[in-house]
Amino acid sequence: MKPTDVQDPNYFHKVVDCQWACPAHTNVPEYIRLIAQGRYTDSYMLNRESNVFPAILGRTCDRPCEPACRRGRLEDAKPVAICRLKRVASDLKGDISHLLPSIPQKKNGKRLACIGAGPASLAVANDLMPLGYQITMFEKLPQAGGLMRSNIPAFRLPGTIIDEETGVILDMGVDIRYNTPVDSMRSLLRDNFDAVFVGTGAPRGKNLEIPGRYQTDRIHIGIDWLESVAFKHIESIGERVLIIGVGNTAMDCCRTSRRLGGKDIKVMARRPRTFFKASPWELEDAEEEGVEILINHAPSRFVLENGKLIGMEFERLEWDEQARKSKTIDTIFLPADDVILAIGQENSFPWIERDLGIEFDKWDMPVVNETTLQSTLPNVFFGGDAALGPKNIIWAVEQAHQAAISIHNFCHGSAVTERPAPGVNLITQKMGMSEWSYHNDYNPSARQKMQHVDLTERFRELNVEVELGFSAEQTAREVQRCLNCDIETVFTPKRCIECDACIDICPVACLTIAPNGEEEDLRTRLSAPAFNLDQALYVSAPLPQTGRIMAKDEDVCVHCGLCAERCPTAAWDMQKFEILISQASGTPEWNTTLVPA
Amino acid sequence: MPSIAKPRVAHPSAQLNQIGLKQRDYEGVMSTLCAGCGHDSVTAAIVRALWELSIEPHMLAKMSGIGCSSKTPAYFVNGAHGFNSAHGRMPPIATGANAANRELLYIGVSGDGDSLSIGLGHLCHAIRRNLRMVYLIENNGVYGLTKGQFSASADVGSKSKRGEANQMSPIDPMLLGLSLGATFLARGFSGDKEQLVPILKAAIEHRGFAMVDIISPCVTFNDHNGSTKSYLYTRQHQIEATQMDFVPPAREILAEIGTAGEIAVTLHDGSVVRFKQTPEGYDPTNRSAVSRYLEEHAGTGKIVTGLLYVNEAGPELHELNHTPAHALTKVPYEKLCPGSKVLAEMQQGWR
Repeated sequence: MKPTDVQDPNYFHKVVDCQWACPAHTNVPEYIRLIAQGRYTDSYMLNRESNVFPAILGRTCDRPCEPACRRGRLEDAKPVAICRLKRVASDLKGDISHLLPSIPQKKNGKRLACIGAGPASLAVANDLMPLGYQITMFEKLPQAGGLMRSNIPAFRLPGTIIDEETGVILDMGVDIRYNTPVDSMRSLLRDNFDAVFVGTGAPRGKNLEIPGRYQTDRIHIGIDWLESVAFKHIESIGERVLIIGVGNTAMDCCRTSRRLGGKDIKVMARRPRTFFKASPWELEDAEEEGVEILINHAPSRFVLENGKLIGMEFERLEWDEQARKSKTIDTIFLPADDVILAIGQENSFPWIERDLGIEFDKWDMPVVNETTLQSTLPNVFFGGDAALGPKNIIWAVEQAHQAAISIHNFCHGSAVTERPAPGVNLITQKMGMSEWSYHNDYNPSARQKMQHVDLTERFRELNVEVELGFSAEQTAREVQRCLNCDIETVFTPKRCIECDACIDICPVACLTIAPNGEEEDLRTRLSAPAFNLDQALYVSAPLPQTGRIMAKDEDVCVHCGLCAERCPTAAWDMQKFEILISQASGTPEWNTTLVPA
Repeated sequence: MPSIAKPRVAHPSAQLNQIGLKQRDYEGVMSTLCAGCGHDSVTAAIVRALWELSIEPHMLAKMSGIGCSSKTPAYFVNGAHGFNSAHGRMPPIATGANAANRELLYIGVSGDGDSLSIGLGHLCHAIRRNLRMVYLIENNGVYGLTKGQFSASADVGSKSKRGEANQMSPIDPMLLGLSLGATFLARGFSGDKEQLVPILKAAIEHRGFAMVDIISPCVTFNDHNGSTKSYLYTRQHQIEATQMDFVPPAREILAEIGTAGEIAVTLHDGSVVRFKQTPEGYDPTNRSAVSRYLEEHAGTGKIVTGLLYVNEAGPELHELNHTPAHALTKVPYEKLCPGSKVLAEMQQGWR
């Protein structure tokens, strides 16, 4: 194998599994360390730099970071509660007003229209307001937040939290127009904005065209129904409720039904549990509230009696192992007063005229460049669910960051393809003999369990937030579970005397000195076999004494730094890796908040 | 000294041995030796050998004297017995312990100072008695604990850190052992575990006194240019007299013993040590030939390594003394020491 180039920004970035997995590349280990030091405000601001809505995401994020967490590959197999710690930072932060970017009095003369006031549009405004843009934001609802407001129930995400984090951005001087749906792109384009950003989400719930669908008003589209609940147009539901679909929206629908009078609530899934779309923790939370989840049921028709919905008929299925092919066992009837359809959502752009130069593909989706988020009409950009189909909040934020870079380039006459490159810092953490600037010991604590409000208490009102957040003790334990994967083991081959000290001390058998070979062969010859091909081997140049190479399997390194402590020649060093991700405002300087306290 | 103890977390694929232990279960406390000390690598090799042989921790006794080397027993198998004796007095203490309980495995860890200076006399007699134990000399050519003076194993011409050359002739524990009738002599290098671990496993299974001289560089006082016991010098001057493979009893049938260019020696417990001779015609069972080979290389600066000599036929301490097959500690006290009345009767019989 060729020696690993650790100057490549992606090499160590991949080692920080959580940060690499996060679409917005939130610097997770650093914000967890700041929490450990009690620097909640700094931790919040570090989060905000990349993900813009730490308090909202600390409650609702899809958490791509957690399945990626290195801790999950160790013996106890439970990742760090990254998302919950984000909420800790936002719960305990102080005043942030003085830490927000200043908004120039003198504007740069560029006008931007943002359609929708959801996470994508708000994040674009967050990036571009400090650069002097004048932004007009059109929102069809009377409040900002988009689907975060209308589709996520208040018992998971209180409105006050949305008010606070959207307010910070709107207060930068965004010209927000509530209750102003954009009905025609043509007429908006006539207003001569320098650029238009479409962040309208995926506002249409999928329908279920089976017999009986239109003969009653007790069949609801999930996201529309949730919106009606959020804005208090609906305040009750029948006792027996069937939810069709088993994604996160279905979980929100069943738990909301539980609070509006539903007693016998069943979530109906076509496929076995391992194929569910909902996050495991949302399934658990729903089941804790007494919701029943039935697998292998395919809806076949709505059953009505005298024009009144009395239930539904399902085919019971038997699946093959991959759940690709099924056969029907029999048909059963389940009684119901209401049915909620939560089988997905899709984009819909009836308000964009098709002769404006904005191309649509065969699925009626706008043609959008995945990197630049630019449409085929150069001054129109898309982001969030509206751009590349429904994803989640954190993806919307990342697309907004990228769209903001494109908009900024576009408005200043440079090519949108000219993306600023990321920078990298690698700084030794050595403070003295066997002394590091980070807490290097491995903490064997188990993952802390989120405490919930009592079942009786939480159903008293619709908006009682279920999750209580971590206690001080829980936080203190959970932060120490983080392995500090951003403190990297960096090797200088010419210093190595091949004494084996690092290999002998490594608790997880990461290190090997061996003759070089091709990767496939080398992976079988290590101290412990390296079968996780997603994780890199860090391979050195030939060592001075024998010409063998040092190989490190990054897979389960606990970043304890003992290799560096036991190294007599400082060939191993622990260095903090920091990737400087560019935004519209440019590549950040070395972030001074990250200097050890 | 490290800032933390080695975390109690193992690689998820860590295997269990025959008695259900992980390799990490054979570790001891954190080493306080210098970072990069060869002795820590020897410790790691011992841990691996004991784990691979599925030695029960409570059936192990760790013996040592004084010196950097003699701290080693603290760093492996926390659950074992142990005795840290006075300087150079490990062999007689081990002799006494072995006499009382022959069922334990005795591993003595000593150094060139402890064994070849203050304790040389005791070592000689332990060899002569063929005491069943593994006797390791962590050999670095200097007194590390007193800041790097030459020890009795320093080669003529080897330079100290200050640049002075040693002028006194060294004691070679291998030649010493041969002259005293040792039954198992091997030399290894802390920087070469592929060779050292099989040697240790064979030494553990040997029925008699198994002495292993391990070149274990002192990274603080003897790892510079001019030293003949540095990592670099050892790598450049090492000759493998034998390449060996240890075959435990269970695998004996599967192993093809006695193929061309190989010599196989069956140990007492049925395990087999297979040798591949690197120098043409080297025979580790021929005492006079081994002696000649070592003497020829002693003056050339070459370091001859491998299992150099083995003789499974020599009787060990208990056989020489016709002691019971089981440990004396298991013999009831009344039988072991029948009392003054029985003594008086015995003496009466000789009058």
